[in-house]
Amino acid sequence: MVLTRIIPCLDVSNGRVVKGVRFQGLRDAGDPVECAKRYEEQGADELCLLDVSATPEGRGNAIRTVAAVRAALGIPLTVGGGVRVLEDAERLLSAGADKVAVNSAAVERPQLLTEINTRLGAQCTVLALDAARLDAVDPSSRWEVTVHGGRTRTGRDAIRWAIDAAAAGAGEILATSWDRDGTGEGYDVELVGALGAAVRIPIIASGGARTAAHMRTALDAGASAVLAASIFHDAETSVREVKRDLAALGVPVRLDPQPGIRP
Amino acid sequence: MTIQPMEVAIAATGVANVASVSACLARLGARPRPTLDPDELRAARAVVLPGVGSFSAGVSALERAGVQNVLRERALQGRPLLAICLGMQLLTRSSEEAPGLAGLGALPAVTERLRGAARLPHFGWNRVEATEGAEPGMIEGGDAYFAHSYALAPTDELASAGWRVARTTEGGAFVSAAERGATLACQFHPELSGPFGAGLVGRWLARAAETGAPILETGGASWS
Repeated sequence: MVLTRIIPCLDVSNGRVVKGVRFQGLRDAGDPVECAKRYEEQGADELCLLDVSATPEGRGNAIRTVAAVRAALGIPLTVGGGVRVLEDAERLLSAGADKVAVNSAAVERPQLLTEINTRLGAQCTVLALDAARLDAVDPSSRWEVTVHGGRTRTGRDAIRWAIDAAAAGAGEILATSWDRDGTGEGYDVELVGALGAAVRIPIIASGGARTAAHMRTALDAGASAVLAASIFHDAETSVREVKRDLAALGVPVRLDPQPGIRP
Repeated sequence: MTIQPMEVAIAATGVANVASVSACLARLGARPRPTLDPDELRAARAVVLPGVGSFSAGVSALERAGVQNVLRERALQGRPLLAICLGMQLLTRSSEEAPGLAGLGALPAVTERLRGAARLPHFGWNRVEATEGAEPGMIEGGDAYFAHSYALAPTDELASAGWRVARTTEGGAFVSAAERGATLACQFHPELSGPFGAGLVGRWLARAAETGAPILETGGASWS
């Protein structure tokens, strides 16, 4: 049986790792290659690198960052940010990405997912879905899709969009809760559950993790993998510690030394 | 005499992520060389056939480049070949993903859609169960990284033809690796499987160095 994936995420801007709260107030969190090597050594199952710079210069830097990370990294690398057309995805793959995450451009033109799927395969085609609750305090609230790094609310239903994106060719959904991003309050478990019930492709839960218990809750709700950034960057904990805690909570994870432990 | 890093030709079909394989080989001290030239792929001491994307796109890419025979012969003769993911599937007779389309047929097996998995694609780390053989094998048991929806259906034909196989279970069991001589086919991505994968690729490189055909001054291998 496939093991649960723990995925550290590097938000990268102009060659540096950054992190904010609800996509804003970015602060420096280190060198991408150093972070990537450290997380692999700690037992990360995959790495996610999101280019959050919004300038053409930043995009060029992102390609160089991907190549530098790839040279050092022996685990899968998902790269997102600024993918507008198929050629952007091909460039990232050539630089060393294994999967490409698409967000705003796919919302505007879902056919982009089909194009990437057809050319590069479903296993390469990740939908990055940023979802915000319509009502932040109502637990029964639905979610709308946000784009442009959370700055634009589209009014489009996030669950409906996930279904459409899966039909268009997405092989996986990286689901980030705008409400929880960077807060440490735990994942939006209702969002994960609603997405997991709506589509049959894997869901990566993102936004709000602080503890292994948060991760366990998201996995119970239907996530195949959990992503976290702040807790690893700030050395609050390590990937290794989180995986040990998860194993103790009964979650099947890959632990070192090989082979992985299955409770 | 100084030891030169071994050059490894990568069949760059355009439907493969060459960067990750190249980075893995470079970390192990080999010199990756992407090419689609049939003569280069025939003469090369070792060849990697990577692959992502669909079976039909993969078959078309091999046909366009005219390299099916070169790769098929290499696999049939157990010369140094590492086929990864779709690359492994392309070595089979056919795939459920593209009914009616012939694969290279070097592996006596067929590719089928994974059945019984909770979610597809099968993304992530899963256990590779190696089988014991008379000779020491390249494949060892451990956790490897998978990203696929199709795989080789279990069959006794592989063992009958001298292939040592490994199995993995996701929903049902499938063939996750097969080796014979210096030919190694993996459904998982050794280049993305951390120390487990690096160890496997390292053993394949070592076997390739032992068994690779001598490269003649005039080009072309001695057996051709």
